[in-house]
Amino acid sequence: MTKLADQRDETLGGYIVHGVPFPVETDPDALAILKRLAPIQIEYPYQITYLHSYGQDSPWFAGAANRHLLATQDEGSGYTYGTPRGHDMYSGRETRWIDITDRPAKVHAFTVCHFGSEEFLPETPYVLALIEFEGVNTLFLTRLMGIDPQAAALDWIGMPVRPRFLRNSKLKPTDVYFVPEAA
Amino acid sequence: MRPVFALGGGVSKFAKARPDKTFQAIIKEAYDYALTDLGLDFPTFTPLVDGSVASYFSDHFTRQLMAGIMAQDYLGLCPKPGHRVEGGGATGGLCLQEAWKSIASGHMDVCVAYGFETMSHVETWKGNEFIALASDVSWDYPVGGFYSGYYAMMVTRHMKEFGTTVEQMASVSVKNHLNAYHNPYAQKRNRYTIADVRAAPMVAWPLTRLDICVMSDGAAAVILASEEGLKRLEAAGAKVTRPLVRVSGIGRGTDAMRMSDRPHVDYDTFLRDYATEMERSSDDTRAYYKKLWDHGTRYPGIHSFRAGRTAGNMAYRHAGIHDPLKELDFIELHDAYTSSEIQTYEDLGLCRYGEGGPFAVSGKAFMPGIDYGLKLPEKPVCPVNPSGGLIACGHPVGATGLMQGVFALWQLQGTIGRHFGDPKLQVRDARRGAIHSHAGTGTYVTVSILEREG
Repeated sequence: MTKLADQRDETLGGYIVHGVPFPVETDPDALAILKRLAPIQIEYPYQITYLHSYGQDSPWFAGAANRHLLATQDEGSGYTYGTPRGHDMYSGRETRWIDITDRPAKVHAFTVCHFGSEEFLPETPYVLALIEFEGVNTLFLTRLMGIDPQAAALDWIGMPVRPRFLRNSKLKPTDVYFVPEAA
Repeated sequence: MRPVFALGGGVSKFAKARPDKTFQAIIKEAYDYALTDLGLDFPTFTPLVDGSVASYFSDHFTRQLMAGIMAQDYLGLCPKPGHRVEGGGATGGLCLQEAWKSIASGHMDVCVAYGFETMSHVETWKGNEFIALASDVSWDYPVGGFYSGYYAMMVTRHMKEFGTTVEQMASVSVKNHLNAYHNPYAQKRNRYTIADVRAAPMVAWPLTRLDICVMSDGAAAVILASEEGLKRLEAAGAKVTRPLVRVSGIGRGTDAMRMSDRPHVDYDTFLRDYATEMERSSDDTRAYYKKLWDHGTRYPGIHSFRAGRTAGNMAYRHAGIHDPLKELDFIELHDAYTSSEIQTYEDLGLCRYGEGGPFAVSGKAFMPGIDYGLKLPEKPVCPVNPSGGLIACGHPVGATGLMQGVFALWQLQGTIGRHFGDPKLQVRDARRGAIHSHAGTGTYVTVSILEREG
């Protein structure tokens, strides 16, 4: 049985305080009381707009925006990266782009996040999954949709899935997500 | 390389929040404890130490760059040499090894490794976000960056591949929390049952809140020295506990930042590049692994940490260890998750890959003399996380690996009772122990071996 919460969530925020208690006398004996005060803590927002470049991985995002799932491949060995890499980790050679949109794919591992980082809290519970593709040597991290997050089961591993693309690309890896093949 | 001795250490009480002090002053608590334990005072020690290494993970939590020099300054160590190391959750382990190198190479005779993290300055969910920035921000973080989620994916694969159960994971939580009941430095000192662990709020299926370590504020410090450094300290009045404790082996490994990029190697490659010496030389184990591979297992995939295996193998070779389960008296390992403790049993060769779950409930990794309320079929062989580990002590990232170093030192000195005010967690006649520090999804891992001289 799930244990009921017996504690309220702690949050920041509250009243602004003006006036901080301080001794009237300021000789060393009077100031000795300062060693016994609780610490002063202040709160302020901290916000950044950051310009991020996808660099050599950029074509993948162009592909997803056009409903193509791209991967990279070492031409010599055929070693294929489900999450693209600009250079092969074994030969050091520059990889080429290939299209794996229609490759058979299945769930390699998954979880249901009931909590998360602040940015993703509103989206909980959400399903994270690593996808394996036929003929592809490495995996791809994605969101899995079309399954009940409250009914997680190990049987989901091995489930055939297929990609779906956002109609309005956000130029993020979440422009593609996966659903059960049957959906 | 010269012999390197761990002479003293200190740990601040790990707590959810320490707003009473800045990070420098929290480090000084640990530092002062180490000095006092050596019988030296601050002004006597300062001229005797050659330099330092500072350990902290995140500039985001402090919202302060170059915090290392602020600690160096506060400890009165300027203008001596010092630098900061950073490698995610393994930062503390890396720090200890960097200090070791300073001594072993002859560059220094006395070096202090100190570390901290103050994670209470943001709310837990923002903290999770900061930590998740230690995943690829192009590919992993934007999908729903959350470390508990990453580890939960590893464990669903481990469960599917090897049949590991949530109850086996919960037994690790029961063990570590109850060990910590006797450790006054620990943040969480509770008696739990398997049912309690499973009934705790689900965080990332199948990991509940009690399968996962907590964020903390805390610091730790370790003083390392060469034989010359030891003589220098003793000439100045230091009372160094005998027998001495030597850091007799270090090892490190790495792996790709993105779990998705991890290789899935064949049986022959596994055996050649990753198997332990014992695994390679055992017909039975080779046959066991052949069977696993025939059923589709590939290595390391996402269920195993080849960085941990590499670090362990390297450290064992350095220290001359062939059978870690028999030749180590205890291990303090990086149990950020109950599942990762199980994965690490396998990486460190305490059992074979795939047998971490049964090993967890065998009793071999438990402390003798403690009633865990579990039916354990076998006697303790090599207690794992006798301190309570990260799950119960807390995980102020930059301090954690050094905390392990301090607790290992006290175990080998036989001084746990003095430092904890309770001898319950003293491993009897501990002669050799390992500490294991682990970053990211297994990206940097360090293993260091400490052993008692004589």
